[in-house]
Amino acid sequence: MDPSFIYEAKGQILIIHMPKELDHHNCRNLRYETDLLMAENYISKLIFDFSCTTFMDSSGIGILLNRYKQIKASGGVVSFYGASPQIQRILRLGGMMNLMPQFESKEEAIYR
Amino acid sequence: MQQKENIKRPSGEVMHLTIDSISENEEFARVVVAVFATRMNPTLEEIDDIKTAVSEAVTNAVIHGYQNREGKIQIEAAVQENVLSVTISDDGVGISDIERAMEPMFSTLPEERTGMGFSFMEAFMDRVEVISAPGKGTSVTMRKKIGRERR
Repeated sequence: MDPSFIYEAKGQILIIHMPKELDHHNCRNLRYETDLLMAENYISKLIFDFSCTTFMDSSGIGILLNRYKQIKASGGVVSFYGASPQIQRILRLGGMMNLMPQFESKEEAIYR
Repeated sequence: MQQKENIKRPSGEVMHLTIDSISENEEFARVVVAVFATRMNPTLEEIDDIKTAVSEAVTNAVIHGYQNREGKIQIEAAVQENVLSVTISDDGVGISDIERAMEPMFSTLPEERTGMGFSFMEAFMDRVEVISAPGKGTSVTMRKKIGRERR
């Protein structure tokens, strides 16, 4: 169990490497941390990396939805990559597949 | 299309677990129920379904039932033939309007929560029953037939 998120910033791009277990407990810090990062840096592209994520519930959807609204409001884009079939099921049920494009790899997410 | 030989089991294999209402226990609770359910020889997808549903119910108890204050959450899981039932109970504040609480996207904490918790439980389990009243705590019972997808 690793509750901390790993952030990777490249200019206006912010990549959030999601934890293995994405539940309410592990989501608690994300809101605060991304608020800080997004206040200090202009982020026009937010990318979620689910490569390491094996579990996710509706708390994870909440995190994505909030960040999506925030980035959209400032004219940016949100996408994700690395989602396993199980994570894709959760994202689909949570309505995220209609909101943000899915990419095969980090590179694709960055350059598209 | 082959059905697994039905192993005779004593009726009502049951597991009881009491945990403190803290967010750290959400993962523990869903893993324990998933491990309990492995005796039913579930598919990986069914295991994921159970874990997600349990996680939603336990999170509700922590956030809404006890409002992040101290309390105990009771978890009971039982196997009846090929049906798993899981009951998550708390002695928290209870729900005044259960129907409303179960509506998709309804949340009493709309800033933080999506209101998808009960929808997720209903999507991943066959039946979800909620017993609750203000001041009387909440009990959520979920049932799921295991092994259906292999038939």
